This record gives sequence, structure tokens and C-alpha cells, in this order.
Amino acid sequence: MILHRCVIVSILCKFRLHLKGFVIMSSAIKPSIQSICFSHAVFLSLQDCTFFTRKEILRLHGRYHELAPHLVPMDYTNEPDCKLPLALIVNMPELKENPFRNRIVESFSEDGMGNLSFNEFVDMFSVLSEMAPRELKAIYAFKIYDFNVDNYLCKEDLEKTLNKLTKEELTPEEVELVCEKTIEEADLDGDHKLSFADFENMISRAPDFLSTFHIRI
Amino acid sequence: MARNVNFDLSHPLMEAGLESPADEEGVHDSFQQLIAEHADNGAASSALELQQLQSDLVEESQDNIPLCGPEHEHRRQGASDLECDGGEREMDQIQGEGWSSDTLKILSSMPSRTIGRNRGAIISQYCNKTLKLRRRRQTRPSIRDFSPSSRPSIRSYGMEGDTIDAEVSKRERLVNNLQNLPVSDRVRMLRGMPLSVAEKKEIRNLVMQKEKRILSNKRLSCYSQLKYYIIIAARKSWYSWLSFLHSLQPWQTLLKRVSGRFGTGVLSYFLFLKTLVFFNVFLFLVTGAFLVLPQAVHPPDEATETRSFSGLELLTGAGSFSHTVMYYGYYTNYTLPRSSRGEGRGQNASALSSDSQQFSYNMPLAYFFTIGMAFFITCIILVYSMSKTFGRSFRINKSNSILTMKTFSSWDFKVIKKKSVQIMSENICTQLKVSMQTNMILVHIVDADWQECADLKHSLWSVSLPHTTLLLPPHQELLAELTQKNTKSTFCKRFCRQMVHGVAWTICIASTTGCMAGVYYFSEFIHKDLQQNYRKFEVYPLMKEARLLSLPTVVSLINLLLPALFNVVAWMEIYESPSVFAYVAIGRNLMLKTSMLGVLCFHWLGRVAPEYKSIGLTCWESFVGEELYRFLLMDFIFTLLDTLFGELLWRLFSEKVLKKKRKPVFDIARNVLDLIYGQTLAWLGVLFSPLLPAVQILKLFLVFYIKMSSVMMNCQAPRKPYRASQMTTIFITLLCIPSLLGASVCVTYTMWSITPSTSCGPFRGLSTMFKAGKHWMKILEKDNPKLSVLSKAHTYFVENPFFLFVGAGIFLIVIYFHSQVVDGQRKIISLLQDQIQNEGEDKKFLINQLQSVHKQKQDAGKRLKSQDSTC
Repeated sequence: MILHRCVIVSILCKFRLHLKGFVIMSSAIKPSIQSICFSHAVFLSLQDCTFFTRKEILRLHGRYHELAPHLVPMDYTNEPDCKLPLALIVNMPELKENPFRNRIVESFSEDGMGNLSFNEFVDMFSVLSEMAPRELKAIYAFKIYDFNVDNYLCKEDLEKTLNKLTKEELTPEEVELVCEKTIEEADLDGDHKLSFADFENMISRAPDFLSTFHIRI
Repeated sequence: MARNVNFDLSHPLMEAGLESPADEEGVHDSFQQLIAEHADNGAASSALELQQLQSDLVEESQDNIPLCGPEHEHRRQGASDLECDGGEREMDQIQGEGWSSDTLKILSSMPSRTIGRNRGAIISQYCNKTLKLRRRRQTRPSIRDFSPSSRPSIRSYGMEGDTIDAEVSKRERLVNNLQNLPVSDRVRMLRGMPLSVAEKKEIRNLVMQKEKRILSNKRLSCYSQLKYYIIIAARKSWYSWLSFLHSLQPWQTLLKRVSGRFGTGVLSYFLFLKTLVFFNVFLFLVTGAFLVLPQAVHPPDEATETRSFSGLELLTGAGSFSHTVMYYGYYTNYTLPRSSRGEGRGQNASALSSDSQQFSYNMPLAYFFTIGMAFFITCIILVYSMSKTFGRSFRINKSNSILTMKTFSSWDFKVIKKKSVQIMSENICTQLKVSMQTNMILVHIVDADWQECADLKHSLWSVSLPHTTLLLPPHQELLAELTQKNTKSTFCKRFCRQMVHGVAWTICIASTTGCMAGVYYFSEFIHKDLQQNYRKFEVYPLMKEARLLSLPTVVSLINLLLPALFNVVAWMEIYESPSVFAYVAIGRNLMLKTSMLGVLCFHWLGRVAPEYKSIGLTCWESFVGEELYRFLLMDFIFTLLDTLFGELLWRLFSEKVLKKKRKPVFDIARNVLDLIYGQTLAWLGVLFSPLLPAVQILKLFLVFYIKMSSVMMNCQAPRKPYRASQMTTIFITLLCIPSLLGASVCVTYTMWSITPSTSCGPFRGLSTMFKAGKHWMKILEKDNPKLSVLSKAHTYFVENPFFLFVGAGIFLIVIYFHSQVVDGQRKIISLLQDQIQNEGEDKKFLINQLQSVHKQKQDAGKRLKSQDSTC
């Protein structure tokens, strides 16, 4: 049975209202009261498939809707087929300054071009959430760093990564050197590229990866 | 790599262009489909390898003469020598020739390369995982429950030409496996699957449908139907409970802002603060529910003089506060009647009527056990979280792939502020440069080119020195290791450095000892002063209490000033490794704080407690509680002052006077140590003042907002990366080992061997607090002689120190075994790592063999061809 329930949600929860007086900071959240319709089954299935609670899913939907109010319908009972293009999603404040923003969005999109449906949008933040296990995060981090989508981190990918990390402050020779050394260090099977196994092995020994590969929503 | 990929070239399948999936069950077997997908996506996704492969195939077809027959067909493929994949540099045998297309095909479809990358591979991987889990759990719904078509049959393991079929059957099997898992495992599996949500939903729906079908087909017994519904209801309520818990989490937005601006390092301070709040909330709930509430509902009869509230109480905690539920002295030593319908309240424990005993609340026992259990549970939670963070942050093997880690895990995805992003990328740039130079130095060390090495190191220091503050990135550790390796430094230099260290440590220890002695004599002086003056009539009794504020002020002042002195001292010494530097700084601060608390504990328990009557106290426990309240408050006030002067005024000063653009950097380590100190005070005080956790909660809330706004206004993003997980582990450990352990030792000592006040508190009239249990036993025995066994058991077990030793011994043995297990795992890990390397070697060897066989065949073909042409 499918229960239809309309839930009135105020995106601005009472905590924030309460805190607003205390801290004087640029407010990024606009008070907007929305009514979003989700069927109960959709909630359950999303809760089963991601690391989010009901409230967070609603909040995520609020954010998704905010990106393109005229495109995204309020009523999600029938799971309408609607996708937002990369350019819109990349403009979220959470991603805006991230050098890998395009890759993040692309790796979570079905078509690889960066068009995200709501499901994929939720998926993205679920993987980047605090609760996601290391293995899952490692897989998507690998996808993100794999710029040319050839299932390896080769020299080309590494160069791109380094240029994005350092905002092209390093000279080409330095980049070259770092690439070589990096591959030398992490390549266990000697094919001069990093396969997923190499990457995972490296990530499993980087204690800070879990805390840095994390975006709060 | 250990999978049995078939390399046999004479196998007919190889000629068919690898048409077959490897056909073993339980292993990745969708090669064929993978290849197909690769071929589909090849152009679009710019799969380098395959592009090269294709272009090479074109080239190769140019110089190839079409041959007929399967044998020739095979040769034609084998002849495709390609130039690709940097790996060929190591391939001595086939240098310059590259690999053939077949080799490349095999390589690109190796299971280890496709896991996590490809839908088919993921599904098959998870199929195996669920199968394993299912076997482990041994859940029952067996094959009978499925319709015959969905049963995994032998046929489906065989070779399947159609790839879509293969995937469908894979998925079916996955669905079956998932359906047989318990709900919690199923959800965990689903969440962990690296598939898109849409696909996960589909799988989930399939599982649910199947379950429903089974439920409707099979006539369920009433019991299992009930169980099914109970499970569903439980899950729903669990989700709503989670939602509720999540909404309880305070400060979500603020934490997001801090993390967006400062990254993981500063965030970890606030997260630590949040954990402390949770510890205190727990403590408060326990003491509130079991001590404060019952006592507040049944206030004691003794008429207490009520003093008017004057405001100074907020500072001193004494005055009109001293006879409230806040302090130990207020609590009664008799059993509280629960059913208080006009019954006499002041019943003495010994005079209890037997029927009221059934609904009674024995205050001394409640006090004893509440405090004991609260400490015990806190200890367990702390040890658990400590071990968890240990496991997470100190990975068993030390990594040597520093550059890789820096490249792939140093970007903090949380940071969203433009300026901080800029700083972070500059930071990473510097680190990479330093690591490169370090690398070069290493090379030079190998070459024993010392002069150049020294030059490089000099430049290295000049790069890294501006960022040398308390916590430093790993690259400088590398550098440190390097300097250790480079033991060429002269004896004189080393001696000088040792001297500096010696002097620094002497200064630190001397100043700490001096402060300790100062506090010791000052507290003695105050004690004597109280002894002399308590008889004198004071016009303002509050002034007497206000005078008591001097001791906490002095201690807090020392706590504020001495760390600054330590910083100055540390500034003049050079440490080889920055982490040693950080640990030394933490160690010195810790030494100071523990010695302070030690002196204070001695003052309270050794001086005040035995001779409390000589200073005119009726209840020394309440007095100690008040003292702890004052200390807590002073600590808070000094934190405020520190924030104001150290951060706000310093920023204004440097901005307006020095005209510098740099803002101060938030000193995470020192602030966290301050928090730990405050928490120790709170834990010490729970026994004497059950409401102290509430005060601490309030204090922490205020500190949170003050620090938050101060950080936002005054500080800039840290210039050096902060090893958040490692430092968090250290801080949790510090919270557990000196802090909680010290507090519980003090509390246990108080309970065990100090005589409580004779005229107040729940333990009056007993020789120690610990005797409360025995006392109760005696009463029980008197009331009900049958229970004398219990009393004997109590005497035998609880009061016998032998069992304590046995308990401690078992605990130690468990710890020892665990450490042994970890040790074993470490060995296994290093073995496995060797094995990975060996597998890599094996793979290279096999590929070489494959390649050479190809070459032989190709040569044979050429010879055949030339023979043909000559004929």
C-alpha cells in the first residue's frame, strides 16, 4: 500500500532560527517554507538506499528545488523524470569553490555528462556524507580523480589533479616529477598507472581521507 | 590477480576474441560484457588504451596478409604488436615491441581493474559478498521459496553468449541473496553498493516484491506473519527515531559554516566540544534522574536558614546555593518514601516499616551507585570511542606513499570559502614542493653529495619555516627522518642542541614546580586564614566567601600564563620532527595541568577533609563542591579573557598598529587541552555536587558560541594542514587516561577511605561512603533474616580486595590478548602487501610469457609466409 502524505517542511528549522540571533554571519540560507509531496514508499526506499534520514532527504529536495524552481516539481509522488544540468548543480555553495566540482557531478550522473536527477543528487551527497563507509568513498573518489574515465589513474589524470589542487602554481617540470614519484610510490603491480586496487590500498592507509572526503549538507 | 583468467593461447576461445566469460561461479565473470561495454563507450569515454588498441589494429592490418584457417586467423591477431602502456619499459624481453591486442584486452578486463568501475562487475562482486554473508548468517529461506525460473541453476553458470542475459541472471541472484539476508544486513549492503540510487531502488523493489510474493503464496503461520509485521513496524519506528535523533543534533549549520571556512582542523575542536557536551548531558541525566529529582520532590525536613540571593552566589557558588540540591550536603541519609500520601517524611532508615519499604528509595545507596555507574559507563563509552578512533587513525602499517596521499587525500572537500580554498591550494603546493626537494635530497644522500644536499636542505627550511608552528604536516617529518639519517652533524652542534633542550626543559619543569609550590603554600595560607578567622564575626559574610575566589583565580591565571611561557621556551629550541614538537608542547601543558590538579586534590582531600571542623565547616563535601564550582567558573572567565585578549585584541592590534594582513591562527591543541582540564574538574565534582554537569553543559554551550564567533571574526584559516584524525585520537586518549582516570581515582579514594561529614549528606554516620552498602545489608538482614546469605556474600565478595585484583587481572589479560591480535594482524598485513607485490610480478611475468608466445607464433607465421612465397 502506498500512503500519500504531504509533509509541510520548513527548511529553516527551529535551531537555526534560534541561533540566528547569536552569531552574526552572512546568512546563506533563505527562509523559505515549502510544501513537498513525497509518497511514503519513496521515503522508505530512499532511506534504505542512502545514508539519509527523512528530514535530510526533504532538506536535500529543498536544495534541489532551489537550484531550479521552475524545473523541479514540488510533487514527487510519481517520481517525475527531471534532470538538472551540470552548470546549475556546480553553482551550489557546497561545490562552487571545489576544484573537482565538475568531476564530482559527472561521476554521479548516469550519462557521465553531469545531468543529475534527484536520485543521483541524493546519491552524491549520500556518498559524501559522514556515514558512508571507506570502500564506497574510495570508489567514488577514484571515479572523480579519473578524468579521462579509463578506469586507471594515469599520468594525464594525475597532472590534471595536481593542477587543480595547486591552481597551476607548479611548473610543468615539477608536475612531471610529482606525477612520476606518485606513480612510483603507489603503483604496486608495476603497470605505471594506478588501478583501483592501488588506489584503495593507498586510501586505506590515509587516515584523514574519511574526514576530508566529506561534504556537509 | 589470483583469479584463473585463462591465458592458454591454444584455447579456441582466444581466437574468437575472448567471447567467453570466465565461467567459474562466485568469481567475476562478465568479461565479455565488459569488453562489449568498453567497445561501446570506447570512443565516447576516450578510453585511452582502447583507442590506442584500435589505431594499432588498423596499422597492423596494413602489414598483415590475410590468411585463412583458424590457425592463421589466430596468428593474425597474435601478430598485432602494439606500442602502449608505459609498463613495457620494464619488459626487457619485448622492449620496443609493446603488447598485443589480446594482451591488452585481457589486461583491461582483469577483475581487479573493473571492480568498482562497472555495473556488471559491481553486481557480481556484491552477489559474492551477499552470498558470503548469507552463508555466515545461515538464514533459512532456502531455494524452495523461489520460483524455479529464479533459481540459480547450473546452466546459468555456464558460458553465456548474451551479455544482457548474464547481467540479468547476476542481478537475479543478487536479489535472491539480498532477499535471504536479515533486514539490517540488506539495508547495509544496499547502502554500501556503489550503484546509482535508481538501480539500488530497482533492486530493492525487486527484493520487496519477491518477499511479498512469498508471503502471499506461502500460507504463513500466525507467528511468522506477526514477526513480519513486527519487523516492518520496528524498522519504521527506527527510521523515525533516527530522524528524531538527527534533529536533536545541535549546531548543524554552525558546524557547516566553520568547516566550510576552516576545514577539518578547527572543526575537530568544535566536534570535541560537542562530544564533551554529550558526556555531560549523559552525566546530568543520570544524576538528575536518580539523585536530584527524588531529592527535590522530597526535600529534607531540616529547616535551613534561607539567605537572600545577592548575585555573588553565581560567582562563589556558596551562600544561598549551599543548601540546595546542588551540593552533597543537602541530600538525606534516609529512605525516601515513594508513596508520599501524608506519611511521615522523616522516617529514619532503621525505623522503616516493612510495607513502606516496598516503595522506598534508599538515598545513600542511590547516591553511591549512581555516581559509580555514571563513572563506569562514561569510562566504557570513552574506552570504546578511543579504540575506535585508534583503529581509524593509526592504520596498522605506516605508509610510505606520502606523495600519493598528499595528492589524493589532502583536499578538504568541506571547505567552501574562496579565501580558504586559496590558502589550501597554496599549502598543498608548498608541501608538494617540499616533498620534491626532500626526494631530491634523498637522491643526493644516496649519491653522497653532501654539499648540494646541505644547500637543498637550507632552501627547504626556508620554504617550510614560515609555517612551523605547533602541528606540522607529515612532509616535515619526512624531512626529520632525513635529518636523522644525515648524522653528519657535528658533535658540537648536537651538544648545543641538547643543551638548549635541557635548558628549555629545566625552565618548564622549574616554572611548573614553582607554580605547584606556590599553589600549595597559597592554599595552606588560605586554609590557615580560614582556621583563624572563622570565629570572627564578619559584617559581610559574603566577603568571606568572595575571598575564597582568590585560589581559583590564581590557578586559572597560572593555567593561562604558563602555556604562553612554554611557547616562548619552545620557540628557542629546534626540534627534529614537528610531531615531536607538538607532543612536547602537549606534554608540558599536560604536566602543568595535572600537577595543579594534584595539588588541589591534596588540598581538598588531605587538608580540608580531615580537619573540616577546625575551619568552621559542617559539611566539607559541600565546601569542596563549592570550590570546584568556583574553579569551573574561573576557568570559564579566563577562557573568555583569553578569547578577548588573545584573539580579538590581538587581531585589532596587528591590523591597526602593525598593519599586517594576517589574522591570528586558532590554536587547536591548547584550546582542546583547556576543555579537557575543565572536564576533569566537572568529573571530580560530580560526587560533591551532582548538578555540576549542568553547570558544565551551560559553560560548554557558552564557550561554543563565544569561540565560534571569535573564530569567525578574528581568525584565519590555518596555514598548515592539521592531522585531524590523529590529533583527535590523542585528545580522546588524554580525556580518558589522565582526565577521567585521575578523576575516578580521586572519587574512589574519597569513597573508600575518607570519613564523610558527620552531620550532613547521605553518608553521615558512616566511617566511609563505601560502607553504605554494608549498612543497607545489615538493615536488610535485620528486617528479613533469610537474606543473611546476601549480606555474607556482600562481605565476602565486595569487601574482599582479592576479587578486585582478579577483575583487574582479567581486564589486563584481555588488553594483552587484544594487543597480541593487533600485532598478528600487523604481520599478516605486511605479508599480504608482499603478496600483492609478488602478484604484480607474477602478472608481469605472465604477460611477458603471453607476449613471447605471440611473438613465436608470429615469427612462425612469417616463416611460413616466406616459405609460401618462396614456394
